[in-house]
Amino acid sequence: MSKAGDGAAAGQPLLRIEDLQKKFGDLEVLCGVSLNVARGEKVSIIGPSGSGKTTLLRCINYLEKPSAGHIYIDGTLIGEKKSGDRFIHLTDRELARERQEIGFVFQRFNLFPHLTALGNVTVAPMRVLNLSREAAEARGRDMLQKVGLSHKADEYPERLSGGQQQRVAIARVLAMQPKLMLFDEATSALDPELIGEVLRVMRQLAEEGATMVIVTHEIQFASEVSDRVIFMDQGRIVEQGLSREVLFKPKEARTREFLKHIQDR
Amino acid sequence: MLELPQIYAENIHRWLPELLYYSLMTLKIGFFSFIVAVVFGILVALCRVSKNRLVRTLAIWFIEIGRGLPIVVILYIIYFVPPQLFPGLNWTWFSDFTGAVLGLGIHGGAILAEVFRSGIEALHKGQREAAMSLGMTPAKSMVYIILPQATRIVLPPVGNYAIGLLKDTSLCTLIGVNEIMNGAKSIAFSDYQPMAVFILVAGIYFAMSYPLSLLVRALERRLSTAQ
Amino acid sequence: MTFFQILEKNGWYFFTTLLSGWPATLTVASGALVFALIFGLVIALMRISTWRLLRWPATAYLEFFRGTPALVQLFVIYFGFPDWGFQPSPLQAAIIGLGMNGAAYISEIYRAGIESIHRGQMEAALSLGMTPIKAMQHIILPQAIRTMLPPMTNFSIVLLKDTAIVFSIGVLEVMALARQLVTETLTSAPIYLMAGAMYLCVTIPMARLAARLERQRQAWQ
Repeated sequence: MSKAGDGAAAGQPLLRIEDLQKKFGDLEVLCGVSLNVARGEKVSIIGPSGSGKTTLLRCINYLEKPSAGHIYIDGTLIGEKKSGDRFIHLTDRELARERQEIGFVFQRFNLFPHLTALGNVTVAPMRVLNLSREAAEARGRDMLQKVGLSHKADEYPERLSGGQQQRVAIARVLAMQPKLMLFDEATSALDPELIGEVLRVMRQLAEEGATMVIVTHEIQFASEVSDRVIFMDQGRIVEQGLSREVLFKPKEARTREFLKHIQDR
Repeated sequence: MLELPQIYAENIHRWLPELLYYSLMTLKIGFFSFIVAVVFGILVALCRVSKNRLVRTLAIWFIEIGRGLPIVVILYIIYFVPPQLFPGLNWTWFSDFTGAVLGLGIHGGAILAEVFRSGIEALHKGQREAAMSLGMTPAKSMVYIILPQATRIVLPPVGNYAIGLLKDTSLCTLIGVNEIMNGAKSIAFSDYQPMAVFILVAGIYFAMSYPLSLLVRALERRLSTAQ
Repeated sequence: MTFFQILEKNGWYFFTTLLSGWPATLTVASGALVFALIFGLVIALMRISTWRLLRWPATAYLEFFRGTPALVQLFVIYFGFPDWGFQPSPLQAAIIGLGMNGAAYISEIYRAGIESIHRGQMEAALSLGMTPIKAMQHIILPQAIRTMLPPMTNFSIVLLKDTAIVFSIGVLEVMALARQLVTETLTSAPIYLMAGAMYLCVTIPMARLAARLERQRQAWQ
């Protein structure tokens, strides 16, 4: 596979995962997951806790190092490179370069408490992309406006509600103009009344054509936004397909059981 | 007791300039040992969190010994022991001032190492991950994300250490450094006025340390409301 | 003579001489600790009083003793008090000096301990029908002691280390004997190192104990 990003050619998936495995000591969290995501596609991953869905997402951003298997974005290997017929790990600098193109939204926001909302959104464009302060702030204000938080630009995270913090975190990712956005249970740390505002922003991004992989418990949201739903259990993909089919006409017993359980709550 | 004001009225014009002159030495020792302590502290804290077990163990020893020994004992060991262990070397450069700065610096390094470590560990792992996921290298995430936050956590205890250090410089008189306590002793016993002179010295120390402690408290208040 | 030859020839003599300084060191440390525990409680109670006439002197005391070196305080007491007609012995001066200095620090530990207990605890105890004294005895104090024990242990370590300066007012403790040995034998390295090792034998286990108490306290919460 060439390192050049010429995979933009039609028909090639933006994200390609090949037989990904991850072990924590003896515990097998991912037992061979393969998955393709096309450009502009929205994929939701659902499944019980401990099913490996968060680990899968973290591997895509190389926050976890896979035990085996490979990940490609636009045809470029993530986290490693090929030398002869061996795969070797990237240096920190090369890894950082690749991560610029992948946005990650954390369950617990992970905003930087020492920076204002605008500071959170501009720090990476300034320090990673080396934009000037003016350019970064212009872009940052655009992004804050997009998530509806222009008026909170100068507030520090502790003065923001959970929903507002998560929207700033999304703006922070958007400011890097990533090719792919990963959402790790972006609403599960939020009070029920704050979930809606975050989902609204995510829906808007989906409509604008972003490529998104979403780990979520919000079945309703998943069915409305995603093109495809993946059900994972015990480190494997159990079932996948069009969202309507997986969510409303599941073929597998385990999927039915999970959906029933989650609706009973 | 009623005589004190009178004693001061008669002598302060002689005592105060002399004591203030000596207090410059006190500030000089304090300043340089603070720098040595911060450097030691950072190095040892990094060793303390190292992945290498030997390095980590050595750092723990340094911290436990540095914090377990009385400062006077550290000063005596640093100042008197090396020249005797290695008599062949040239020790003329090793003044009492150097010994004092090194001794206080080593003690401070052990204290600050723990302060710095807790500052780094207090940060949520998510901060580093968030920085990395935005494409920062480990070095950049250290400079722009971790250190600015750790500094705020660490600043008040470092300030408190600095106040303690200023007072601890008084121990350097015990290895013969000509700082304010040394000056005070010679004045007190030549003029037969120990009470008046030592209370004056206490006042000078207080005048140096109190503004510092007000500053630290203001800092603590500001940082605690900001959290 | 090399370091080890000296140690072989005089090591046992050094050891026994230094050991004979420990009773004085421990007397000063424990005397000052008791002094500080009692006097510190008085200061702490004055500090949380609603009455300004009590609060202000306590605060002034605290600021002064925390703002000046212990060595200066010792010198004022030992060399200065005779001017006022009170001639303390070196041991008395050391205990009073380190005790008064320690009271300032300990009062803050008391205060933090008292304030750490939620006001709801007292209310809950009273609502169960306890008298304020019973509530203090069975509910408030047991919690306060758990909170205060680790910093108190740490303070004891500090106090023990601080006793190493009282040779300067003539107490014959470990460091005083070490210095005497150095003048007597004209060798310093083995003596100071041995004295240091002796201090570590006491302070490091105490520090471990304090850390364990702290972990236990956190486990309770």
